[in-house]
Amino acid sequence: MIDFARNVRVWFAPEEVRQEGRTPDYRFSLANERTFLAWLRTALALIGGGFAVDQFLPDLRWGWRVGLALALLAAGVLCSLRAVNHWVRCERAMRRGEDLPASRFPTLLSLVVAVVAVAMVVVVFLGWEG
Amino acid sequence: MSEGAEGERDPGLQPERTRLAWRRTTLSGTVCAVLAAKTALHGGPSPAGLIACALCCTFWLTFLYAAHRRIHSLASPALPTPLTPRHATAAALCTVALAVCGAALVL
Repeated sequence: MIDFARNVRVWFAPEEVRQEGRTPDYRFSLANERTFLAWLRTALALIGGGFAVDQFLPDLRWGWRVGLALALLAAGVLCSLRAVNHWVRCERAMRRGEDLPASRFPTLLSLVVAVVAVAMVVVVFLGWEG
Repeated sequence: MSEGAEGERDPGLQPERTRLAWRRTTLSGTVCAVLAAKTALHGGPSPAGLIACALCCTFWLTFLYAAHRRIHSLASPALPTPLTPRHATAAALCTVALAVCGAALVL
């Protein structure tokens, strides 16, 4: 948690990252940047999914519809915050010449997406019957 | 891997790929913003809906501006500079703001 707070400070203070270690090959930095953007796109897709649930499943009961939409939007928020945090950690690890940070987040996200997908199937079936 | 290979073209086309990644991300953001506008203006324009719509447009434009600046700096012939944390944070915060706006709209 303290680590996270320190990372948040680095988000707004670029000089702090610059001062550490040595600058890695720019290709590695750009690869890290593309990974960050890919995560950002994942976040945007989740957010778009939230809007889509709200807009294109109007026959669902209010609670289910809003719940699913909010879950997807929250997943999008988490995903984008984690994207920038992971980017900062990778950048710092590369500067210090350490191993890249391992992360449990991809597993977590795929589990959440799987659960939401199953919920969606159930809800759509029930929604069509009722 | 040698540093200072200025002028020599990178066979992996890293700056170009990164530029296209920014474009793809902007495109995803555009889809999101359009969906947000659709949600906001669903069932006729209302003051709250219009404000939400304007906010979403602002976040989208901010993201577009960030992407544009990054693409511009990657397009220069000099060795590309790494992304600054502030830039990355700005891009991520635009996404978060869009989602928060969406949550307000959905509720």
